[in-house]
Amino acid sequence: MSTSTYLAQAQKNLKEQPWSLYAGQIGVLVRNEVGRNLFSRRRVWVYFLAFIPIVFLLIRNIVSRGQFDGSVQDQTEALAVLIQLYYVRIGIFFACMGIFTWLFRGEVVQRTLHYQFLVPVRREVLVIGKFLAGCIVSIVLFEIAVLAAFYLFYARYGAAGRSYMFEGPGLSELGSYLLVTALACLGYGAVFLALSLLFKNPIVPGAILLGWEAISPIFPSWAQHLSVTFYLKHLCPTTLASTGFMALFTVVPEPVSPFLSIFGLCCLALAVLVLSCYLIRRLEITYTAE
Amino acid sequence: MTENRQIVFNNVSKFYGEVLGVNRVSFTLDSGITSLVGPNGSGKTTLMNLLTGLIKPTQGSIQVFGLTPDDPVHFYRQVGYCTQFDSFPPGVTGYNFICWPLRLHGFPADQAAKLTAEALDRAGMAQVANRKIAGYSKGMRQRIRLAQAIAHRPSVLVLDEPLNGLDPMARAESIALFEALAKQGMHVIISSHILEEVDRISDRVVLMSSGYVVAEGQIREVRREVREHPMQVLVRCSNAARLASAAFELDHVVEAKILTDGQSVLVRTRDVEQFYLLLNKIVATGVVDIDTVAPADDDVNSIYQYLIGSDGSPT
Repeated sequence: MSTSTYLAQAQKNLKEQPWSLYAGQIGVLVRNEVGRNLFSRRRVWVYFLAFIPIVFLLIRNIVSRGQFDGSVQDQTEALAVLIQLYYVRIGIFFACMGIFTWLFRGEVVQRTLHYQFLVPVRREVLVIGKFLAGCIVSIVLFEIAVLAAFYLFYARYGAAGRSYMFEGPGLSELGSYLLVTALACLGYGAVFLALSLLFKNPIVPGAILLGWEAISPIFPSWAQHLSVTFYLKHLCPTTLASTGFMALFTVVPEPVSPFLSIFGLCCLALAVLVLSCYLIRRLEITYTAE
Repeated sequence: MTENRQIVFNNVSKFYGEVLGVNRVSFTLDSGITSLVGPNGSGKTTLMNLLTGLIKPTQGSIQVFGLTPDDPVHFYRQVGYCTQFDSFPPGVTGYNFICWPLRLHGFPADQAAKLTAEALDRAGMAQVANRKIAGYSKGMRQRIRLAQAIAHRPSVLVLDEPLNGLDPMARAESIALFEALAKQGMHVIISSHILEEVDRISDRVVLMSSGYVVAEGQIREVRREVREHPMQVLVRCSNAARLASAAFELDHVVEAKILTDGQSVLVRTRDVEQFYLLLNKIVATGVVDIDTVAPADDDVNSIYQYLIGSDGSPT
């Protein structure tokens, strides 16, 4: 078959697909999964991961009312530490691990995946629907947490805080962190979804991924492109320098433009999602073997 | 061009690693009720999972009306499967359990609600539909799965041990439902251990043992193929001794036993057609009055015993 014939056939196939049906199915899947993940007692620990720093910040603000422990700029540094070291590397990482690995693996454990395989839904549509639902849940929770953290860091400085926020770099900083949070959910979500389809127990590869994300800065620049944090740190408004022993081995890659960072992370997520679609097509319902 | 309304298994094998699921299965099913019969581990559930696309064949192909699970949008509109997995999404009510897949089928909300109500009604679950499934009895869980399998009005209904856990009343209602669906032209494929009921409702059987199809077809045809076991015919008549004597003169009759009531003869013959001709002749002479003639072992239970044996191994 010539390339032009193949392309014409592919174009015809694409045109014949019931896209409106797929969109409707994705909508139903998203509503169902969001309900199951966002309003479930099983997900209490995700709320914990997202809001425990907020609780501590709230307590700090109440206890030290009127007593400022540093300048507004110091708060910027502290916010960078919270978001880059806690949320991106721990909070969002583990929340996505729990949410996205459970989307399919949980159905296998509960022996309910066959219900979703016995309806006229393409398995790729199942992947996309569940992935979007996981993204919505994780992004909503962590964006709220980042917004709350931002408010709690700067609001107590009164006029100086408001000035930093609305006349200084505050809003741009907030936008960057909201973007970083959303992209972290997207990137980690796609990776954990694929891991849950590749491995019966995704905890071990998840731990390896955590290690990889932590030590990737000491690897050559090309290898760093395979980590989610590589793309995210180029989008962060404040750079946290490596300190201590690790600083000796850190390889500083060439700076990447924000556009390339977003594009690169989206490409990484897309590639992993395509892998998930391939894996789900091969998945068989053999609960006894799990 | 006529529409393909058959289910076709073409040289299908399934291995789980080195463990055999089913091997070289080939047959074609038309509408009506087909029962899969065989001991535990014979491959019935594997065959059903293959048919419905939950697992993929290691070799061979399966088509339902010319469709395969690779085209799920069209395939699963035709197929409903009530599995043996007694598990449900946590916290779901009976109503939502049926309505949610209908929305995934693409039905608008009002039509999905109508179909849900219809399926609940047919399965006798309308009264408890708004309760959580976690609080259902085993029989109710069985029936709510059945309701889900028929809710989208499939043309092929696959039921894995659908009578398990049902009380006699619910069992009778379910069987009546299967018969009604088959009469509407549906392909109903059932696996069951309850051979008496399989015998009563099945248009044909597929006997399985150790992953192989031992026999398949209409029950009487299968019975006639089992030549090593002569067919048994029970005849009630006015003169049992005379009939037994006449029967013994035929080469193909291997046994003619007069039963204790003195009016019945149990004949074992290798050629039942010839024996019926003999009966016609006897009736014509008027020497013996025949009250009833009934095959004594052309049922699923007997075929199962002859072909598979009571221990589940092929004989």
